[in-house]
Parts: sequence; structure tokens; C-alpha cells
Amino acid sequence: MSTVFIALQANEDTRPIIDAIVQDNPAAIVNREPAMVKIDAPGSMIIRRETIEEHIGRTYDLQELQINLITLSGHVDEDEDQFTLRWNS
Amino acid sequence: MDMQVAKKKLSLKEKYKLMTRDLGWDTTYHTKDEVFPYVKYEGIKIHDWDKWEDPFRLTMDSYWKYQGEKERKFYAIIDAHAQNNGHLNITDASYLSALKIFLQAISPGEYAAGKGFARMGREFPGVGTQVACQMQSIDEIRHAQTQIHALSNYNKFYNGFHAFADARDRMWYCTLPRSFFDDALSAGPFEFMIAIGFSFEYVLTNLLFVPFMSGAAYNGDMATVTFGFSAQSDEARHMTLGLECIKFMLEQDPDNLPIVQGWIDKWFWRGFRLLGVVGTMMDYMLPKRVMSWKEAWGIYGVENGGALFRDLARYGIRPPKGWDDADKAIDHMSHQFMLALYQYNFGTAFHSWIPSEDDMAWLSKKYPDTFDKYYRPRWNHLTKLKEAGTPFANMGLAKLCQTCQIPTVFTEPDDPTSICQRETEYKGEKYHFCSDGCQHIFENEPEKYIQAWLPMQQLFQAPISGDLGAWMNWVSLIPGKDNGDYDGSEDQRNFEAWRKQATSNQ
Repeated sequence: MSTVFIALQANEDTRPIIDAIVQDNPAAIVNREPAMVKIDAPGSMIIRRETIEEHIGRTYDLQELQINLITLSGHVDEDEDQFTLRWNS
Repeated sequence: MDMQVAKKKLSLKEKYKLMTRDLGWDTTYHTKDEVFPYVKYEGIKIHDWDKWEDPFRLTMDSYWKYQGEKERKFYAIIDAHAQNNGHLNITDASYLSALKIFLQAISPGEYAAGKGFARMGREFPGVGTQVACQMQSIDEIRHAQTQIHALSNYNKFYNGFHAFADARDRMWYCTLPRSFFDDALSAGPFEFMIAIGFSFEYVLTNLLFVPFMSGAAYNGDMATVTFGFSAQSDEARHMTLGLECIKFMLEQDPDNLPIVQGWIDKWFWRGFRLLGVVGTMMDYMLPKRVMSWKEAWGIYGVENGGALFRDLARYGIRPPKGWDDADKAIDHMSHQFMLALYQYNFGTAFHSWIPSEDDMAWLSKKYPDTFDKYYRPRWNHLTKLKEAGTPFANMGLAKLCQTCQIPTVFTEPDDPTSICQRETEYKGEKYHFCSDGCQHIFENEPEKYIQAWLPMQQLFQAPISGDLGAWMNWVSLIPGKDNGDYDGSEDQRNFEAWRKQATSNQ
């Protein structure tokens, strides 16, 4: 199965986001590299607004991901509540 | 960031529709064909532009808000760098060669991409495409500006940064990226999207902006990390645009498949050749390294690119023609590039050097099948010549590939002991190539590539007429300062002296 990934800058903004991604994607693997964190997942990855809000302690707009996003892989589908990465095969 | 999130009155999808699709209009005085004259001549058939999806659904108001936030973060780092002697926090000034290559060869490419997307935003009839291209055009201009601005802090202290704009037009190794972008810009709108949006952004920029930038962080260069990651976060949108464009073309009409496949073959190989120099920056020019070019290719080329082509297989797309040759080249290209840069280092506006014993031990560990067998002996030989006071300089004029314009320094895919050279005769003239990939590209569009401006041939024409000194003057290269071996250079001496000053009060 193909891997999707998202890479975020390693900073205070992204710490709760990474925790939320790991909570919602139990198969995800977190790779910590200088200044960045790359999270791989087999086939698909779901990033949920509600889980981020639980970790961050405030309301969160998923488009804020743009600020600390480095790169990603897979087809993107986004609405208010979740941001999905997925390969079809 | 503590951003206020207002309660949404419209859903993301409704807002996106209102602020993109509803901005379009139908023409009345002129036909659509007159208003969008370039959209059909490549042969791509589009039946319904409304099927175009932008999965990020970013609208201009959000775009300005988030880009503004990114700029604030970026300038905070740039200010800290300027106020805190950031140029002395890097591991070693030899690292700056990688930044000089970046500024001379890559930042002008960002500007060229900005021009290209401004044009494509005008030429595509679909309003979703127009808005996405407009954002990307602004992004690319921002990338060029932030890179030039961040690196101007090094220009205050070190050589080789002062004339990147002249280098862009005149320096031989800068014709590589320039010809890449000129080729893309002189194509039709759909081919441009495959060239830049798909091959360059999706398959290749991760290699430039992710492991190399992470490496910049390892080497203490926060200014570069910040512009790199700030640019790359836009690239995530650009990749999505490129991928969306390819899916859109393939879903609109089955006749589009062979045209798209041809472009994927062409632009993968052109991009692979262009980005090869990044391997040299990663393997040789970062004093402290995160991963080798080979490892980075494994993650971002084989794994990520492979996933993409498996996914597109449902439309009939296969991996690009040069994919296997690229894989075979990975064990060799950074070494062959660095050996070439060392031999021609009198003609570059950055320093190169013979790797230290430590560096060679690392290279041998990362390239166990090739480094000790093929490349260490050559570096050892060059070391002997240098120690004897007769360092090797290759004063011969490199033969250039007519397509990618790189000197023909790469070896046969299956024989690392012989240089790969191909030739084609066209209208009574012979043209030379570095690879099968570049030869095929030429043979598909010979009239395009026979017009190439080749720096080596140009050197012999008036007004320079083969005079190396006159050429250096013309490219704004200061011999003995900007070029040559790093060992003994002014950059090396200054960096060491300033570092000592920074830790003493003498």
C-alpha cells in the first residue's frame, strides 16, 4: 500500500497538531528530523479539527495548517471538520 | 499563533464557490476561442471546466491572511539573523557555496515560474484554474523576493552573492535552470502545468526544499530554513494544483492520455537533470548532513513518486520513460557533479573543494557500492596533484548537452566507467546529448532546441572571442575571490577570523 505523508515545521504551534494526528491515525509513524516532523501513514490520513481543538485548547480553523505546513503527499480533501490525504491505490 | 476564529456564516465549500466560481463570466463581444487563443492548440480536449476542483478551497481573503502570518514569522527570523550575527552561527563558510548556487540558479527560477503562472492564469478559461494560478504566481514572486532578501545578509560579509542577476543570464551553469523555464514558458498552458505544476512541484521540489532545508537547520542557518519552509508550504498547494490539473485532463477525455504521458516523460527527465545539482549540495556542501541524496531520493523520488504513479495507473499513466535510468544514476551523479565543479572551479561564482577524510568516510558509508570503487581514487589523485603544487584545472571547454545544457559529465546508466554521449544529425548539423532522455526530447521537438543559446559556443563569439578574462568580467565574476578552491579562500579566512572575534574581546 502506498504511503501518504504530511511534514510540519517543528515548533510550538505544531506540537498539539502532531499529537492530534497520532491520536486519530494509530498506524501513523512520526519521523523527527532537524526543524521538521514528517508523519507517514499507510494509504490515508485524517486530520480532524475537533481533535486538534482538544489538544490546543481553543477553536481552530483547519486552514491554519497552511502556516506550518512543509509538504504532503496524496490527494487532498478538505472541509471545515477534516483534512484528508489519500491514495486510491 | 493565537488567531481569532470567527463563527462561519458560510461553509468552506459555499464560500469557495462564491469567491471563485461566481467571479467568472461568459464573453459576449468575442467568442471564447478568441479570448483564450492558446487553450486548444496543444490538442488537449476539455468539455466541462466546472469539473475542475481545488481541494484546498483557499479563497483570496484566507490566502492573504495566512500568507501575511507566514511573512511575519519569516521576517522575525530574518531580523534575528541580522541582529545576532547569524552569519557566524553556521557550521562552516564552505556551506555558503550551496546558498550561492541556490541564489544564482534557483531563485531566478522562482521568478520565472511567477511569470509563467501569471500568463497561465490568463490563458485558462476555467475560473477555478485562474484563481489557483493567480495565487501561485504571487507565491512564486514572494519566494524569489524572500530568498534574495534572506541571502542579502550573507552578501554583506561573503563573496559570490553580489551578481546573481548577471549570473542568471550569463553564467554557464545558470543556463540549466533558465533553459528549463524558457522551455516551459514557451510551451502551451497545459504543458506548462505538467512541466512546473506536476513534474517540478510534485515529483521534484520536495528534494530541494525538504531534506536540504532540514540540512540548513542542522548547519545553523535559520534564515534559509525559514525561507525554504515558508516557500515549501506554498508548494503543498502547488503540488495539489499540478496533480489536480493532471487528473482533470485525464478525466475530461481519453484522447488526452498520450499527450499527457509524453509531457510526463519529457518533464520528469528535464527536472531530474536540473535538480541533480541539489544532490551535490546535500552530499558535499552541507558540513553537517541530515541524509544523503540517495536516501532523499528513496523517500521523495521512489516512495512518493512511486505512490503517485501507482495511483495514476488507473488512467493508463505509466512511470516516466527515464525512471529506471534515474534510479541507476542516483549512486553516481552527486560525485560526478562535484568532480566537475572542482575541475571547473575557476569558472564558477562559488567555491568547491576536495572532500576531507571524514567526508569521504561518510560518502563511503552512504554509497557503499560506488564511492570507494569509482570516486575515492579520483579524489585521492586530485589531492596528490594539489599537494604537489599543481592542482588540476580542466581548461578544456566542456561539451554541452543540447537539451539540458549540462556538460556531458555523466556516465552510461549501466557502465559507470564510460561517459554517456549521444548525437543526432538534424538539417546537416550534429547535436550532442548527455543521455537517451535528452536525445529523445530533442528529437520530438528539434526546431525548439536548435535555437538553444549555449554558453560554451557563445564564449567564442564577439565581443568575448574566447578571452576568459573578458568572460569573467562580463559575468561579474571576480577571479581569486568568488571562485577557486575553498581551501585558502577569502571566505574561509574571514569566517575563521570573525568567529574568533565573536568569542573574545581582543
